[in-house]
Amino acid sequence: MSSPSHAGEHTPRTYPPRPAAVYFYATCLVDLFVPEAGMDAITLLEREGIRVIFPESQSCCGQPAYSSGFPEEARKVAASQLDLFPEDYPIIVPSGSCAGMIRWHWEKIFADDPALHARAAAVAARTFELAEFLLHVVGFQRRDEGEPVTVTLHTSCSARREMGTHLVGRELLARLGNVTLAHHGHESECCGFGGSFSMKHPDISTAMVSDKVAALKATGAREVVTADCGCLLNITKRAEKEDLDAGRSKPSLPGEHLATFLLRRTGGQPARRN
Amino acid sequence: MSAPHATSAAASSNRGDARPIAFVSAQALRERMHDAVNDPHLRKSFRGAMDFLMAKRAAQFPDESELESLRTLSEGIRQYSLSRLPDLLEQLEANLTRNGVQVHWAADADEANAIMLGIARRHAAKTIVKGKSMVSEEIEFNHAMHDAGVDALESDMGEYIVQLAGEKPSHIIMPAIHKTKEQIATLFAEKVPGVSYTDNVDTLIQIGRQVLREKFEQADIGLSGVNFAVAETGTLCLVENEGNGRMCTTVPRVHMAITGIEKVVEKLEHVAPLYSILTRSATGQAISTYFNMISGPRKPGEKDGPEEVHLILLDNGRSQAYADEQLRKTLQCIRCGACMNHCPVYTRIGGLAYGTTYPGPIGKIVSPHMMGLEQTHLLPTVSTLCGACGEVCPVRIPIPELLVRLRGEAQSKPHDNPVMVGQGAGYSPLASFVWRTWARIYARPGNYRMFSWLASRFRALTPSRQSGWTAARTPLTPAPRRLRDMVRDRQ
Repeated sequence: MSSPSHAGEHTPRTYPPRPAAVYFYATCLVDLFVPEAGMDAITLLEREGIRVIFPESQSCCGQPAYSSGFPEEARKVAASQLDLFPEDYPIIVPSGSCAGMIRWHWEKIFADDPALHARAAAVAARTFELAEFLLHVVGFQRRDEGEPVTVTLHTSCSARREMGTHLVGRELLARLGNVTLAHHGHESECCGFGGSFSMKHPDISTAMVSDKVAALKATGAREVVTADCGCLLNITKRAEKEDLDAGRSKPSLPGEHLATFLLRRTGGQPARRN
Repeated sequence: MSAPHATSAAASSNRGDARPIAFVSAQALRERMHDAVNDPHLRKSFRGAMDFLMAKRAAQFPDESELESLRTLSEGIRQYSLSRLPDLLEQLEANLTRNGVQVHWAADADEANAIMLGIARRHAAKTIVKGKSMVSEEIEFNHAMHDAGVDALESDMGEYIVQLAGEKPSHIIMPAIHKTKEQIATLFAEKVPGVSYTDNVDTLIQIGRQVLREKFEQADIGLSGVNFAVAETGTLCLVENEGNGRMCTTVPRVHMAITGIEKVVEKLEHVAPLYSILTRSATGQAISTYFNMISGPRKPGEKDGPEEVHLILLDNGRSQAYADEQLRKTLQCIRCGACMNHCPVYTRIGGLAYGTTYPGPIGKIVSPHMMGLEQTHLLPTVSTLCGACGEVCPVRIPIPELLVRLRGEAQSKPHDNPVMVGQGAGYSPLASFVWRTWARIYARPGNYRMFSWLASRFRALTPSRQSGWTAARTPLTPAPRRLRDMVRDRQ
């Protein structure tokens, strides 16, 4: 199995029937910076009658080190995660980027160790991005109880190009009766986060995220929704900075994780950060 | 006729204006990128040009399954050709020799230039007229010839403009894409005597054509690149739009072609799919205006064609990439430029900022082999790994994967058995320590729990200035409760 270089190359994935339980792999960014998004994803799944197991020993998929050119460190961290999912339940990840790491890159970093490689492959095969799981396995269909609203959607590059789930977010939003989706210019373009790229090359990263924020704002949408917390933090923290610099007190581009948005619109109670 | 004046002026102005970029330090790269990204004109012109090229390409592939089958076929042909590269090169040499083409092998830029200068000297050549060739840029051919007192004149319109301006190509297919028509108008008015300012594009092209037409007749040697070299027939294929390639390869008495060793394919039938996907990916054309198949010098009784044809096969770091199974994929490239057209980084800094012959995503993965990692170790980091390049690559080079690999080669501790020249050039004891520490925290559940608890608990101590992040964003602050706390509290 090799990683796709284009979403169109994905042979349509075979999805399992709705399971009794799933593992929830929150990712390090969600655990520490956007825990409410993780909590809302768990609530969404549980509301559908699925038991959610949160493995206590989870930390990180290893991607930060892997993409920075430190495969050995990535391997150590990834290896520590292989034992977290003993039962044959699907593993749900609320981020295209971490899901992509597990699904396509874990096998590469364990390529020279047949035993670890086989275990990584088994984990990869039952790893799903939250949105694709909600759409294709859960068949998410709830009444939209919110006021009519226009939102815009940012799809992460990993969701689009590694997980092939770029249309999933749209379809989920389309199932909400009062939500209008506004498309933005250069929609398939990266928001400029790129993990350590945002620190290492701030000039270019800033140019990219500023363009993305401008395109999202130009839709006139009230908020941006995305299924990836890296992009979410990059975009909303940039918009906050623009507000701060312009002396605006009302956020010009609030953002939410797709899980939070779906839960809030369909009568659920989103988690409070504090 | 004003052309003779124009011609001599154009020729003399070529002399050594564009100095080769001899050293690409990390600092120099950072400065160029900084300047480029803060240049509103550059930003606007590249955004516009790349949008145009992306739309043109997309219009050529309305049927995604047709595109994907063609990509599969093209990738297969390139991989097959590379898997038999040594054999195919020998076969190519034998068949070209049989056809009367003289084949030369060059290990690096200096050897290639020496071979071509030798040919020029034998013919007492004063002027070489050039079709578009990125490999000739790679070896700094124009400078080598200039230093030896031979004029090398670009005849591709974009290359001609870039040469007049004393610059470098900013794109491998559209070398002058960074210039506005007003800038070109000013350039022509300044550098081509007898020409007054006009920004009428047709007039500008006519001026260029007039200058160049003279040169084709005067030139002693024509130089061209090669898009595909067919081993079984000994044929050199050249894809172009302006007809200058055909002029360069047929009018002067001597034709020198130069290409990288990876451009060989086994059979003529392998060319058709590659040619189709090349023009559609590059310029969004169903087919180029000209497609030349060169099979040897003029034969007795033939009315035209060069008396001598030479092919220079250049290695220049390619065999280093070839030796490694993963890095070998770099050599699948057919130089269409689609990766740069779709790259959000290239779109923002343009091609010149990279400081390498080949800019953009392909430049980031091929230049380290040509120049060594000492100079290029920062290049692979200038990417968000968004994957847009890999998504459009007609031969499915996994560019993001190769960028990750090169980051590793650059940053790992220097060791005795390097796969690449300059391995470890980007090694930093501090970065290495940081990642080792990171792994110690994240690979041990107890450590991670403690670390994340501390980060959350003492979030008030989070620095408000966070390296590059807060240059444009509000700071990242850990949440008061981690997700694991929320999960626990709820139960």
